[in-house]
Amino acid sequence: MDSMTLIAMASIVTAGLTIALGSIGPALGEGRAVATALSSLAQQPDSATTITRTLFVGLAMIESIAIYCFVVSMILIFANPFWNHVIAQATGK
Amino acid sequence: MRLSPDEMVFWQYGVIKLNATIVFTWALMLVLTVGSKLITRNLSTGLERSRWQSLLEIVVTGIEKQIEDVGLRHPRGYIGFLGTLFLFVALASLCTIIPGYEPPTGSLSTTAALALCVLVAVPFFGIRQQGLGGYLKSYVEPTVIMLPFNIISELSRTLALAVRLFGNMMSGTMILAILLTITPFIFPVAMSVLGLLTGMVQAYIFSILAAVYIASATRVSKPAPDLDAKR
Repeated sequence: MDSMTLIAMASIVTAGLTIALGSIGPALGEGRAVATALSSLAQQPDSATTITRTLFVGLAMIESIAIYCFVVSMILIFANPFWNHVIAQATGK
Repeated sequence: MRLSPDEMVFWQYGVIKLNATIVFTWALMLVLTVGSKLITRNLSTGLERSRWQSLLEIVVTGIEKQIEDVGLRHPRGYIGFLGTLFLFVALASLCTIIPGYEPPTGSLSTTAALALCVLVAVPFFGIRQQGLGGYLKSYVEPTVIMLPFNIISELSRTLALAVRLFGNMMSGTMILAILLTITPFIFPVAMSVLGLLTGMVQAYIFSILAAVYIASATRVSKPAPDLDAKR
């Protein structure tokens, strides 16, 4: 197996694994956050605006982790420096 | 597969490139500035006011209230910066309805520039409020050992702001592009609605986080005296 195949295989597998495993944590965290927010809304409907705003800010922070994984995955697929280097070598030859 | 509007180059002269990011950013700036200038030409304080003025008043008072809720007193001093951040990012994602438009926030350059503005604005407002010594002293709170961690947290907050906004905007446009090649009609419409929603939420998040960072930098260490006067 030459290096070109190895790089391609590793990039694809890693890209898939990154986004698959990287979405589990944030999804669970967001589920817990929303559940707690709903129960506190039921307990104190008067502070609905504060709770909602804090919920959205917290959700965005949790979501960023999934976004980081997504960006890494996209880089591996579309802007992969190792693949570009190998392709440049192959076409240069 | 285009990863960002940076790659759509309209005109090039040597090193200077006019790509889609710059063109759409200028177009947004033009719309915001010219629109506000036109609407605020004849402001009225009576009961008769045009609906555009009412629209602007709703937007401005809404942002002011949000800034005040975060904990920044006298929001008029901050609404220039924070309000512009929110309006720019919100308009950038709202205009995705227009065909042929690519949101400039889908490019890491734009979001990094906005995050750098926040990075510069936080010490600026902090020093303006607390003086240079007071602001620098906040870096060694609670102990001197925390100094490198405080600095690292400043930088990582900026990076997180940039990557969060970039990731959300880019994923929205990319999902739309991919879905258009698979199922042409109904599903991409639903996805673009979701993209609009996340765009609005991300605009709100960006400006609220900037407001929270500025609030933590301008927070005075000693407690406010009027709280004790109430008892």
